[in-house]
Amino acid sequence: MAAATIDVVDKTGVRQLVLAGDWRLATMPQPIAEFELHLRQLAAGNPDWELRSISRLDSAGATVLWRAWGRQWPAALALSAEHRALLERVASIAREPEAPAARDPLAWITALGQLSLAAQRHLSEIIALIGQLVLDLGYLCLHPREIPWREFSANLYKSGALALPVIALIGFLIGIVLSYLSALQLKTFGADVFIVNLLGISIVRELGPMLVAVLVAGRSGSAMTAQIGVMRVTEEIDALATMGVSRSQRLLLPKVLALAVAMPLLVIWCSAAGIIGGMIAAKLQMGLSYGFFIDTLPRVVPVANVWIGLCKGLVFGVLIALIACHFGLRVKPNTESLSALTTSSVVCSITVAILVDAVFAVATRGLGLP
Amino acid sequence: MNAPPAASQALPPVIEIRGLYTQFDDLVVHRDIDLDIEAGQMLGLVGGSGSGKTTLLREMVGLLAPSRGSVRLFGQSVLDTDPQRRRALRRRFGMLFQQGALFSALSVFDNIAFPLRELHTLDEGMVADLVFLKLAMVELEARHARLMPAELSGGMVKRVALARALSLEPELLVLDEPTAGLDPDRSESFVKLLRILQKELGFTVVMVTHDPETLAGLATRLAVLADQRIVACGTAAEVAAVDHPFVRNFFGSGRGAAAIRQRQG
Repeated sequence: MAAATIDVVDKTGVRQLVLAGDWRLATMPQPIAEFELHLRQLAAGNPDWELRSISRLDSAGATVLWRAWGRQWPAALALSAEHRALLERVASIAREPEAPAARDPLAWITALGQLSLAAQRHLSEIIALIGQLVLDLGYLCLHPREIPWREFSANLYKSGALALPVIALIGFLIGIVLSYLSALQLKTFGADVFIVNLLGISIVRELGPMLVAVLVAGRSGSAMTAQIGVMRVTEEIDALATMGVSRSQRLLLPKVLALAVAMPLLVIWCSAAGIIGGMIAAKLQMGLSYGFFIDTLPRVVPVANVWIGLCKGLVFGVLIALIACHFGLRVKPNTESLSALTTSSVVCSITVAILVDAVFAVATRGLGLP
Repeated sequence: MNAPPAASQALPPVIEIRGLYTQFDDLVVHRDIDLDIEAGQMLGLVGGSGSGKTTLLREMVGLLAPSRGSVRLFGQSVLDTDPQRRRALRRRFGMLFQQGALFSALSVFDNIAFPLRELHTLDEGMVADLVFLKLAMVELEARHARLMPAELSGGMVKRVALARALSLEPELLVLDEPTAGLDPDRSESFVKLLRILQKELGFTVVMVTHDPETLAGLATRLAVLADQRIVACGTAAEVAAVDHPFVRNFFGSGRGAAAIRQRQG
């Protein structure tokens, strides 16, 4: 492969440019942008062009020439028929006029409006989804033979049973940390025994449900969004519809119900692990006996707290599954959309869980506190 | 300046496969395959389902390492460990994937511009000119440049993928089932387009296809992959003369034979 060359020949007042070699993307001098600039400067003198010595010309080479000529045929040009055909093709390309990117000074208002419209659309779609699921639930109550037990149990296993180890570990560790830190503070007041009240109320009522919500949103919520999203992209959901299988009954409802059942159980599991962790730390740090801890716990933590924790678990579970399904159904057939909506699904579920938790805190302020 | 014919004969074959052996766990896919593809040839790789055609194609372009043996493109090993040389080699061929493999997050324009921008030697104006040129080459309109891959029909996806494969002016084009999923009309026009472009740009073609019409329309040579080996390689007439059950079956009956005979005759 010969490199592209330019020879400048001056004869009797007429300047001639003799181009030779391979005028191809790989053989033109690099960087090509500079080479083109150089060529354009040469072209400014309006010389004669002698292109017959070019051995190979590809469309990149032809484009460089055409741009150097300022998108018009030079006055004096000699070239082979084959290369002329290629240049004619380059010349005939209609370029799409570039859209003027005018900056709108009020763009932020438009963006704000679009944001609120999007939020409204999400909300109404989620409400429609809830309505659809309630109708499905009613239908299944009347036709119990069609209840998708298999999907339900698969989801229960995946999002419930398989989450047990990680949730136990996290609950246990948080219990230990909380107990150690509180013990240090309580000791300075000589209020060692109140560690039981503190751990009991905070874990059972607040931390257990919240930790599980965050973990399940990250673990199962993202998986649900991605699964439904990919099923949409690969037209599996449409395939289900053509077989007369309702996507909401077979795909969405089992997920929502499975999380509604699994979450309260996971909350209990997490709270238990947290309390055991706290109990061990209290024993190590302050010498509080296990017997005393277990004996005191039911007296200082009213049973209403357990119910509040369970209720929160149920509500969080339903919300996480609903949000995951909602975002999954909006995935467009490209990778960007899948990743963006999976992220949105997790962020949105965690935010909603914390919001709802705040509502719970206000609504139940008179309950379960001794 | 023009290279005499004798000089081009001295060039190494575009693809040179020697003693290629592929094994997945216990499954032997290829056993001592030797194959040469010369510049300007259009080779169709045929064989039954599961005979390892696509695997061979992936080994040719270095997506998969063979268990034993060597694959050389333009006289260089495809699995060169030097990243610079390897990148330079990979810029000399283009691959058209079965499903197009367009980047779904990028528009048609950006898909075709991607390999050009990766060169880091072209300015944006030049990239735009080349992209619109490639679009015209594959008979798409400039307004299609703004579409996203998800908005394209099957035939358009193939054309855009072809434009992307051609964007670096490759000397070798590797086609994996170029017409799979296209209706006969579109398939025919795509084959015609490929033939025109090949004549114009003079690249070498290696393809895998199940479609006899595509094979008849494009391939100047056939290589038959069966029993883990290349059992026949040559022009259609030479291959048809080989006595092998797969070849007999392929040429003995049906559309394949008809289409190929029609072309040869």
